[in-house]
Amino acid sequence: MNTPEAVVGVGADLLADAVEAQAVPVTRVDWRPPMEGTESDLAAVAADPRRPEANARALSAMLEVTATLVDVVPAAEALGLEPGQFLHAGPPIEWARASGPLRGALMGGAALEGLVEDPDEAVALFESGTSVSLEPCHHRSTVGPMAGVVTPSMWLWVLEDPASGRRTYCSLNEGLGKVLRYGAYGPEVLTRLRWMGDVLGPLLQRSVRDTVASSGPVDVTGILTQMLQMGDEAHNRNRAGTLMLLRDLSPAMVTSGYDAADVAQALRFVGGNDHFFLNLAMPACKLALDAARGIEGSTMVVAMARNGTDFGIQVAGTGDEWFTGPAQLADGLFLGDYGPDDANPDIGDSAITETAGIGGFAMATAPAIVRFVGGSVPDALATTRRMHEITLGENPRWSVPVLEFQGTPTGIDVTKVCRTGILPQINTGMAGAVAGVGQVGAGLVTPPAEIFPQALAALAQAVPGRSL
Amino acid sequence: MTGHVELRPGAYADSVTLLQVSRSVQGVPGVAAAQVAMATPLNVDVLTEMGFTVPTEAGPNDMVVAIRLTDGGDLDAVLAAVEAALRETGRRDGGPSEEAPPRTTASALRRTAVSGPGAVALVSVPGPSAFVEAMDALESGSDVMVFSDNVPVEQELALKRYAAGRGLLVMGPDCGTAVVGGLGLGFANVVSPGPVGIVAASGTGCQQVLALLDRAGVGVAHALGVGGRDLSAEVRGLATREAMRRLDEDNTVEVILLVSKPPAPDVADEIRSYAGGLSTPVELALLGAGHPDLTEATESLLRARGVAVPEWPVVGTAAAPSGGHLLRGLFVGGTLAGEARIIAESLLGAAVVRGAGHEFVDFGDDAYTAGRAHPMIDATLRLEHLARAGADPDTAVLLVDVVLGHGAEPDPGALLAPVIAGIGKPVVAAVVGTAADPQDLERQVRVLAEAGAEVHVSNARATRRAVELTREATR
Repeated sequence: MNTPEAVVGVGADLLADAVEAQAVPVTRVDWRPPMEGTESDLAAVAADPRRPEANARALSAMLEVTATLVDVVPAAEALGLEPGQFLHAGPPIEWARASGPLRGALMGGAALEGLVEDPDEAVALFESGTSVSLEPCHHRSTVGPMAGVVTPSMWLWVLEDPASGRRTYCSLNEGLGKVLRYGAYGPEVLTRLRWMGDVLGPLLQRSVRDTVASSGPVDVTGILTQMLQMGDEAHNRNRAGTLMLLRDLSPAMVTSGYDAADVAQALRFVGGNDHFFLNLAMPACKLALDAARGIEGSTMVVAMARNGTDFGIQVAGTGDEWFTGPAQLADGLFLGDYGPDDANPDIGDSAITETAGIGGFAMATAPAIVRFVGGSVPDALATTRRMHEITLGENPRWSVPVLEFQGTPTGIDVTKVCRTGILPQINTGMAGAVAGVGQVGAGLVTPPAEIFPQALAALAQAVPGRSL
Repeated sequence: MTGHVELRPGAYADSVTLLQVSRSVQGVPGVAAAQVAMATPLNVDVLTEMGFTVPTEAGPNDMVVAIRLTDGGDLDAVLAAVEAALRETGRRDGGPSEEAPPRTTASALRRTAVSGPGAVALVSVPGPSAFVEAMDALESGSDVMVFSDNVPVEQELALKRYAAGRGLLVMGPDCGTAVVGGLGLGFANVVSPGPVGIVAASGTGCQQVLALLDRAGVGVAHALGVGGRDLSAEVRGLATREAMRRLDEDNTVEVILLVSKPPAPDVADEIRSYAGGLSTPVELALLGAGHPDLTEATESLLRARGVAVPEWPVVGTAAAPSGGHLLRGLFVGGTLAGEARIIAESLLGAAVVRGAGHEFVDFGDDAYTAGRAHPMIDATLRLEHLARAGADPDTAVLLVDVVLGHGAEPDPGALLAPVIAGIGKPVVAAVVGTAADPQDLERQVRVLAEAGAEVHVSNARATRRAVELTREATR
């Protein structure tokens, strides 16, 4: 037995001082009490013999996934979505509890599908609930930003993990401002969606299929790797990613045989929408995280999603159960004359990016947008560092140059969140609270703290022969 | 000559990093040639010239790992070296990632330059949170000392069962003292290296033995605390066994001394049988009625090793007894308080000690530490009691312990002396410390003696003397 070369001190500083006085280095833990009432559940889960291996398995399952873009198809075809079926962001919710932006998007979606002439007529349709149904995107291998409404005619990106053949889906991004996903449903919103359905979708399908045939599927994970070194965090900044996607698809778009004016408009639309790649980043993250679902004993979060009313998480070790609490208001900057009173609580499946270790978790790599979400560069560096305290590991593919190429913090651990009280940091857009308004700002938000102790309690319950 | 070429789509590192990685892998035994690079056309040409066949689908976004082994080279080991080199170049010591303080023991251990067996975690958070921090350490392959008390016994058992399966040591919970290869953890005295290895289920009991061995010129290799419950019927000596195994493996340890309350008989049998299987002799110092006290146990260890038992010094003279009938022992060391009671009961009879109301108060007991630091750190409470007991006409004799070492109050003598000087009754003090302790043992003894105390280095001797003075006072 040798003299310890290093000591970690957690608790009384005096004891650490006494060790340092003997010329042995001490790494001191900045310990704080855990979230209230979690001590016994934390002990039970810490004692679960399945946990270390289950978490290692969940993390590596997630990290091994590569997401490739293989197709673009309408939701009716990809998911078998039928008229009257609507997907939405976040955990399950019914019309009565739906927020303004979700209602607005559903109303616009109903008009797009021709279920009503005028979006306003859709209110009665959803109130009666007889011919329509709502279901979370997450339940259909799909993710949707903001309101996340998907209807049968909408075209979806199809991402595939070549190793397993599993697929995930996401709609095409409409751009910023008055758009359906922010709850706007005016004529210009519907006109744009119809153009996306009639022109952009088929053109992208042809282009993606031709690209796959000539040079293989588009490596979305690889683009994410590079864009994270080009100032994108892949949630609120997707500029480099969008341009790299264009680089990969534009030859096939040009040679698609489609009308040159349509191709030019599509290129202009994509190039002019810095968020276009978000709708590929999100399903890439979901594809990776879904690989960790259902691993018993794992405390890793596999989804964070909001429907504008509730914030929900799902955890690898607790199956399909959602742990929900009230969605919070983001703290950030507002467009034009809008202010905090105009904003709806947090909404969208886009927190899947943070769940996978990018977005707010990779804030340090996107200094260009820290002001957009109301922060500073030191805040951004501190945020990414802080997230390492609540994650299981690092993503060796996705590294942050300014942090000496440290991998992004990956695999949110429910126990670490409860122990440290550090909540996942999410970068988000803000939708107007009133249906039809659209985007009012962008900022930073966290989940409601109480959902993590809830998830922890369920994990503790699930420990076989719980002894502590 | 074996060639291995592997594509890693989506993996990326810059060229300087990959140059470093390639160089470092080229230096691994069993490697004839190695190249880790992004599959740019240029790099594909280089690899082809080196004789590797790069798959045609390789593109600039793919990382290529190309390795040629010499005869007998181990591909798995080389690939592990690639991973290590990629990690290594990705991280630099003192980078910005080091700036935010770690918030969990796991995070701190990840950042510590030395991890696994080279590192020890010292846990002193509130009891209900100690388990998770200690598990972090064990899962990282590090031993842990749990200073915290109020840890439920089933959690102690879970920790020790986990550790036992992995050859790890859990010192505690409620472990006040350990010396690991000369490094004191918790309240620990400064000892010279030597042939004795101690396993202690008692903190201040361990300190008393350390102090007496030091006085006799015998050094200590390690003193491993195991927590007061380790030899209970529930925990069954799980940590004691691991500690004895460690000491037995250490060639510098010639004798193992186990300091504990008398264990349950079946646990004692198990431990004795385990000890019998070791190549190092194991001596027992059991704290209980009918057993030798700690000083006697230490003396017998010395004699067995052929070391002369020194004269345990006594410095200063206690005031002559002047009335009163109570022996009042005010202790900071729980084991020292317990030893004093056992000795007093053996001299006076248990019924007499209880009937007369003689006191042996442990100020480290939970009743006195709720919401405040241990009395070895915060002397206030005992000083107040001492002044009050000194002024009480019922008090015949005062008995105090003074425990030195790392972590303890920097100058306890200076705090006690003015109080003792104001007491007209006999005061007997046991100073438990070693010559190299930071408080300066000789000075502490002198200050207390000058204040009017009779100062011993053996708690047992001090107690016997206090009992004698009590008898004189009541005669």
